[in-house]
Amino acid sequence: MAPTSQLMEFVHRRRRGAELFLLVLALAVGIGGYAAVGVGVNGTVPADVLSYGGWLATLIIGAHIVVRITAPYADPILLPVMAALNGLGLAMIRRLDYAFEERGQIHTYAQQQLVWMTLGVTLFVVTLLVLRDHRLLQRFTYTAGLAAIVLLLLPMVPGLGREVYGARIWINVFGFSFQPGEVAKVLLVIAFAGYLVRHRDALALAGRRVLFIDLPRGRDLGPILAMWLVSLGILVLQRDLGSSLLFFGIFLVMLYVATERAGWLFVGGLLAAGGALLASQLSHVATRINIWLDPFAHYGEGTSDRGRQLVETLFGMSWGGLIGRGFGEGQPWRIPVAQSDFIMGAIGEELGLTAVIAVILAYMLITERGLRTALVCRDGFGKLVATGLACVFALQVFVVIGGVTRLIPLTGLTTPFLSYGGSSLVANWVIIALLLRISDQARRPSPRLYAPDEQTQVVKLT
Amino acid sequence: MNKPIRVLSVFCLLLFVALMVNVTYLQYFRAGELNQDPRNRRVIDAAFSRDRGPIVVDSTAVAQSVPTDTRYEFQREYPDPEVYAHVTGFFSFYSQTGIEQTQNQVLSGDDPRLFVNRLVDLVSNSSAEGGRVQLTINPAAQQAAYDAFRALGEDTRGAVVALEPSTGKILALVSLPTYDSNPLASHDLTAASGAYDELDQREDEPLLNRSIATRLPPGSTFKIVTAAAAIEDGLIDGVDDMVPGGSSYQLPLTEGETGLIDNGGRSCGETEVSFTQSLEQSCNTTYLQLADELGVDKLTETAEAFGFNSSYLDDLQPQAESVYPGPKGEDDPDAAQTALTGIGQWNVAATPLQMAMVAGGIANSGVVMKPYLVDQVLSPDLAVLSRTDPREFSRATSARTADIISEALVNTVSRGTATPAQIPGVEVAGKTGTAENCDGCPNYAWFVSFAPADDPQVAVAVMVQNSSTSPDDIAGGRLGGPVAKAVMEAVIEP
Repeated sequence: MAPTSQLMEFVHRRRRGAELFLLVLALAVGIGGYAAVGVGVNGTVPADVLSYGGWLATLIIGAHIVVRITAPYADPILLPVMAALNGLGLAMIRRLDYAFEERGQIHTYAQQQLVWMTLGVTLFVVTLLVLRDHRLLQRFTYTAGLAAIVLLLLPMVPGLGREVYGARIWINVFGFSFQPGEVAKVLLVIAFAGYLVRHRDALALAGRRVLFIDLPRGRDLGPILAMWLVSLGILVLQRDLGSSLLFFGIFLVMLYVATERAGWLFVGGLLAAGGALLASQLSHVATRINIWLDPFAHYGEGTSDRGRQLVETLFGMSWGGLIGRGFGEGQPWRIPVAQSDFIMGAIGEELGLTAVIAVILAYMLITERGLRTALVCRDGFGKLVATGLACVFALQVFVVIGGVTRLIPLTGLTTPFLSYGGSSLVANWVIIALLLRISDQARRPSPRLYAPDEQTQVVKLT
Repeated sequence: MNKPIRVLSVFCLLLFVALMVNVTYLQYFRAGELNQDPRNRRVIDAAFSRDRGPIVVDSTAVAQSVPTDTRYEFQREYPDPEVYAHVTGFFSFYSQTGIEQTQNQVLSGDDPRLFVNRLVDLVSNSSAEGGRVQLTINPAAQQAAYDAFRALGEDTRGAVVALEPSTGKILALVSLPTYDSNPLASHDLTAASGAYDELDQREDEPLLNRSIATRLPPGSTFKIVTAAAAIEDGLIDGVDDMVPGGSSYQLPLTEGETGLIDNGGRSCGETEVSFTQSLEQSCNTTYLQLADELGVDKLTETAEAFGFNSSYLDDLQPQAESVYPGPKGEDDPDAAQTALTGIGQWNVAATPLQMAMVAGGIANSGVVMKPYLVDQVLSPDLAVLSRTDPREFSRATSARTADIISEALVNTVSRGTATPAQIPGVEVAGKTGTAENCDGCPNYAWFVSFAPADDPQVAVAVMVQNSSTSPDDIAGGRLGGPVAKAVMEAVIEP
């Protein structure tokens, strides 16, 4: 805990007006995008643009009002940025629906996504209303950890779990499919934070010193080894490389922040390298690495065609060039399942490098605001949760966008807010709610500063 | 805990920067390479669905794109496909030929000169329109050439090229057999490739543009070049000057029948003949001796000044280079072979376009103009983006030399072997040619001409490769003459 933050004279302004203004811009992206899709594909503004826009505006403005009431000091940037991303994602998914329709497949991904967004906003509101102080979550450290593990195991339950594209990470409930890993991700961050804040002193004790790095003591290696095994388990049993990397990465990052010991990064890096070595023996991981090295050898007739998604994405994005082809002018349907992990390919093709950079910058802003929240936060638990959530974002975005643009091997994670997928969208709205809650606490002036400006008044410290 | 958080911020920043650098590399620097990849269907698809600009002759489109309801939005149409097939070429999903190929950048709208138009289209959200290409073709001459050629018989193979001597404009360009370019542009890709395969496999090669890609020994029409070299060399100084003649000529280095060449019974004097008569009667004996006397170097120089051994037409591909087998070539001719080149035999080979340039050079007082087919390139809103200026290809002969040959060629039409090309009231200059491609295969006929002789407006070369008339009946004049005449009439009489 940084003692300086309490001595700071700086008073954060609420900036709710700024948030509202930015939200209007975000709505312009969402509704304008939706209208542009109609114009680009059919030549006319969609007939339901008013009802669609109205609904989107209701959700966003509703969220804003709840923030205004329950978290007046919350960060003003986060909500607009994610609203813009969500709106852009919806427009792009609608565009893909049109493309599927032209090819004779009727999908209503955009509608379903809007329903999921509604659920997401609802949970966002509920989170803000119910959770008035994020420190309450610390009580649920072990509950959250247990719940996360149960959720992760759910897809393995016969009859409930479902295998999609080789990964066993889905469950079917009441006709809905759901990726419990997305929720587990949030719970894990809470569990890690709670655990680390309690045990950080012990974990921070230095062990042997090797080459400028204080290695942790051997007896403290338990938790990280456990986490390593869990990650490997996810990889082997569920064949979900992305989540496996993400979970281990988050744990490592939070461990480092909690203990301020770079030694943990060293140990974690070794473990990750060992894991990677083991993983590369797995056939599905090896395939992905081969596709990454030479996607064109896995594309077209006479090959496994496993590289089709990647190659078509590369073709599509280069075809989009600087400013893109425009909605309706590209051929994003050439990328298999473009509405999901590969939505960046569709965006790159139709909206160009400009939009791709804008989206990456938007993610960067979310990460930056999250980490800033962590910096100004006054309690260790809040700091860790904020750091964890921000890094979940950064890592997930890096892994998925890096994967589809062939920077790193493809791992299969959703693009937050953009990709079609209910669990991911809902989970991300909750993440933002948590970040807003923490930032509200962090930016709220300490009561001392509210005290009447009288010499005789006794300063009361909370 | 703030220090590690700051470290993490930098780490996250690096992650995002890596993403942005990579994506910029992919979408900007590597885009060109990926867009060239033949497996990238988007590029072909988009090119195929462009609102391509028209190819225009006079003020009529001979190739145009019209909106359709299919996936590709615009269908390429050829209103008069068989007449213009070898000029426009075709635009299919798989490939392009002719002007469709060489002017693809303009027609598709990708040309840098159309950048502003593209920008406007982009802003106004209308699909980009391609530029238009205005050809030099004279529609009347083109039609006349086509009709006259078809009149020779159904399965005639050959080509006609007409030039404007003073500019090098191609006024007509016909190659037979021709084909219908419309099925090749079909949006039904299976049907389109089927149509292509059928044409491609046909024995008479309809896809071959014989006017620029078929080269054959020019035979007697090459005597114009030999005559030009002789006059330039001072061997002849007027139409009535006497030149070597005779009824037969024994090639140097040969003995007996195989090396003995006669004139097919035409009158070429005892030992000498006037220059004009030697052309009128197409005297082999004269030009064999002149060639022998001139030698291969001088003949090469003159032939190359007319365009042999080089390529000159930028607007159509592929074209064959006409050949004069001079000392620079692999086969250095001996004396007998050099003599044979004088009558356009042995390894001399010319395309119809080349022979049109020979006629055009004489018509234009010795100056050969560089031939061209694209007159103007216009933006979709008809602003002229570029206009082709006539350019001199070379000075082949002096004006005086050209005048002497011209006079003799006029006589050839009025009273010599080229009489079928006579036009009442117009002085026509012309020369026939007949040659054998190989033993036993049918002869083919050449005819080159220009008119009016005093102010030439058109120079024509006709090559009839094969016709339904019986092989032994072929004489250049009888087959090629009427075709050349029809084309000249179409140009002269508006």
